[in-house]
Amino acid sequence: MITKLNVTSVKVLDQEQALDFYVNKLGLEKGSDVKQGGFRWVTVRVPGDVTEIFLEEPGPPLHDEATAAQLRELITKGAMSSLVFNSNDVRGLYETLQARGVTDFTQEPIEHFYGTDMGLRDPFGNAIRILQQGKVPQKVTA
Amino acid sequence: MNRRLLRARDAMDRAYAEPLDVRAVAAVAHLSEAHFSRSFRATFGETPHRYLQRRRVERSMFLLRETDRSVTDICFDVGFTSLGTFSRTFHEIVGETPSEYRAGHGPVMAPNCIWMAATRPVVAAGVAVRVSSFGEADAPVPA
Repeated sequence: MITKLNVTSVKVLDQEQALDFYVNKLGLEKGSDVKQGGFRWVTVRVPGDVTEIFLEEPGPPLHDEATAAQLRELITKGAMSSLVFNSNDVRGLYETLQARGVTDFTQEPIEHFYGTDMGLRDPFGNAIRILQQGKVPQKVTA
Repeated sequence: MNRRLLRARDAMDRAYAEPLDVRAVAAVAHLSEAHFSRSFRATFGETPHRYLQRRRVERSMFLLRETDRSVTDICFDVGFTSLGTFSRTFHEIVGETPSEYRAGHGPVMAPNCIWMAATRPVVAAGVAVRVSSFGEADAPVPA
């Protein structure tokens, strides 16, 4: 029996830029950061969570240059990785992200029968969705 | 370049209900209209106009399934400016009329983002119609 998702990965064009986005903008925390020659194992995770997300930059030693070039093409087309996070306040987070300079939203927060979600892209084109499950209390406007 | 084109495609996904023209969408990618249309087609396999049509048709399919709004209201809700163009485009892409589609499909209980992707129609006729303009009224009618 599998007991947890330990590591997943998101393919990025630049690990340093990815780290800045996922930690300083999105609010994740850095997990591991180990260098081995030209290879850097750097992960982020939801604060307090166990699942680490490897920020995977295509290239040697993982990929030959031709493969890496194909992967970079697919990343920037938005056809490669996607992540779905949960939040306890998706509308508040939307405002926080805007204040931190995030502009690449694919969808502002919208309410559905399963909760409220929003969409954005990381700096490279990967799709990110953030979901607040259940009925979200609405602000009183009148 | 891909990233800029993707940003323009996202803009179409977001603003499908508005009267978009190719100039406005090309501006999101910082490209001329001609260069944008050519590059978009090379990158995503269809013209921006066709992509926007599929987006609008997908949203109309959603509204036909999930709401009681009239076909005419839905036509305008999703950004078409004429019922004739909407009906013709819907039939060409889905393979049945909006009313026939509504009669055959009820609400779908799955997260929206999944269904937006899963039910985004491929063109039923399998024909890539070449159109260079977003002006629905001016779009050439396939013979």
